[in-house]
Amino acid sequence: MSSTHAPRPTSNDNSNDGNDGKDKTPGRSGATSPHPSPEALDLPRATGAGGTGTAEAQGSKGRQGRPRRRHDPTARSQTVAAWVLAVPFMAVFLVFTAGPVLASLGMSFTDIRSTDARHPLAVSFVGLENYTRLLGDELFRKVALNTLLYLLLGVPLTLVVAMAVAVGLNRVTRFKGFFRVGFYLPVVTSIVAVSVVWKFLLRENGGLVNSALEAVGLPGQAWLDDTHLALPSLVVMAVWRNFGTMTVIFLAALQTVPTEITEAAESDGAGAWARFRHVTLPMLRPTILFGAVITGIGYLQFFEEAFVMTSGGPLDSTRSISYYTYDQFGFGNYGLAAAASYLLFLAIVLLTLLQFRLLRSKD
Amino acid sequence: MATLTAPTSHEEQGNKKKGRRPGGRDDARLRTPAWLYAVMVAGLFLVVVPFLWMIVSSVKPNSELRQVPPTLLPHALTLSNYEALFTDLDFPRFFLNSALVSLGTMAGNMVFCSMLGYALAKLEFRGRNVLFALVVGTLMVPGVVTFVPLFVLTTNLGLTNTLPAMILPFMAGPFGVFLMRQYILSIPDELIQAARVDGAGELRIFFSVVLPLCGPALATLGVLTFLSSWNNFLWPLVVATSEDKYTLPVALALYAVGQNSTDYGLLIAGAVVVVLPVLAVFLVLQRHIMQGVASTGIK
Repeated sequence: MSSTHAPRPTSNDNSNDGNDGKDKTPGRSGATSPHPSPEALDLPRATGAGGTGTAEAQGSKGRQGRPRRRHDPTARSQTVAAWVLAVPFMAVFLVFTAGPVLASLGMSFTDIRSTDARHPLAVSFVGLENYTRLLGDELFRKVALNTLLYLLLGVPLTLVVAMAVAVGLNRVTRFKGFFRVGFYLPVVTSIVAVSVVWKFLLRENGGLVNSALEAVGLPGQAWLDDTHLALPSLVVMAVWRNFGTMTVIFLAALQTVPTEITEAAESDGAGAWARFRHVTLPMLRPTILFGAVITGIGYLQFFEEAFVMTSGGPLDSTRSISYYTYDQFGFGNYGLAAAASYLLFLAIVLLTLLQFRLLRSKD
Repeated sequence: MATLTAPTSHEEQGNKKKGRRPGGRDDARLRTPAWLYAVMVAGLFLVVVPFLWMIVSSVKPNSELRQVPPTLLPHALTLSNYEALFTDLDFPRFFLNSALVSLGTMAGNMVFCSMLGYALAKLEFRGRNVLFALVVGTLMVPGVVTFVPLFVLTTNLGLTNTLPAMILPFMAGPFGVFLMRQYILSIPDELIQAARVDGAGELRIFFSVVLPLCGPALATLGVLTFLSSWNNFLWPLVVATSEDKYTLPVALALYAVGQNSTDYGLLIAGAVVVVLPVLAVFLVLQRHIMQGVASTGIK
């Protein structure tokens, strides 16, 4: 084995490889990696230089710089080892994740009900009937609208709060770590548990929020029992729970903005707001778009807050698509539930594609 | 996923910035205005008020909890709300279920994801890119898409209303593979190559050369998968059909929407039991979560 080991990589190649994982902008790595460039797919890499970061980073360079080495002596043992290492994950993954994703799509075209659970293959194909039923269902249209409201209210609010805190944290020099941990606390907590607490805070009589309002002479509100106030109240609670994630991401991105540029703008007479609006924000555009998408994916799946705090009411004003899906599952309408979940999935895919489109349009 | 990728790159950027920055920056530091601290403290107070109120309320007797306007500090300290978690409900059981499910999910992810992550990062084999695309492609699939077929599956496997049913679907997560692969990519190939030259087998290289270097990534993955499992709700809600299999969030949520929804004392004490261990774990291990983030500010 030792007589024929593969040649060492050049130091140049190697330093590139080593950094691949870290060099990317915070969030974008997640969004771009699922799509390796096609040319990378048939690019066997030398064992020695095999670090091979992302396919994109390395594609063309690898092709010209290194000749294909087909007769790598360790290739076979590497392949065996790779599959030994991959099989446990893939077995669980295929059965419990990939399989159900496809099964859900399949079920959405059938009339499967809870009574068919033991014989899931003995059901009838009904084509698009579940989907047409959904679109004709007044309740589904209402929950779809509610979900859209969660998205349209929640995403901008979350991003604005997260950005404001990140900008503040970026300026603060003392106790920075303390502040950062503090603002991040809600993110690690159970949504169910904090929903219980917020339900208690937002009580009409004796709730902390109304008591504070009344103490300064403002009228208290029936936050969770008013059809117009309940959904925005849940959004505020969700913003409180979620913004910390985006603060951490924005803070990381803010620190990549070269101080030279903002200082140059300052010496040109740009005020703080102008510097932020015309220098910093445009530089953060990819991060903000990424943040909008992952935050949006979260709001599209809104469920637990409404389950605990309002049970979807009053008058279904806080019921979301996820909640509807859960309800239909509870009623035994598995096919209909699967169809509703796939419409939600479709919305998530569209939102993600929109992000890629927007990112490309200005790059 | 974002919380994770951010800190890693952040460390680098922070360091870079430090190096790049000449003394002039210190002037800017001195200029951090006092009002900014005031605003930050006020903002932080607003963020932690729900937690403070939760803890204060949990030691008030039920009669005081119904008082309008509410008392700021408890007039009569009591632990009766916590006692009720044991007498009216079986909270130790829920706590144990939550702990077992979270530890199982965590262990599964640490083992499976590091194995596949290494294969995807450092080994040459046909189909590698297809595997990676397949796994990462499911990152954005919402849980609500898979729970109905999963329920049918667990019904047929006889796993409904068992703890393994709550662990299995989450013990091989795409996010962990992504994280481990990214981390292992940064391990120098020379190490692996040298082990090969020394005659070590491929699996041995993974277990004795690569895995010992993965400590920080495994810690991050462990903390994050534990947290997300501890807080997971929809699937345990669906698959736990009898009370002795409830996890903490399921028990708390069902109690909160049931006929006892105004039993505030017990509910708030329950929320404390769900939230406090997580906050404690987070405060102790936050460096693993916000690794690098901490290295830029104070120190």
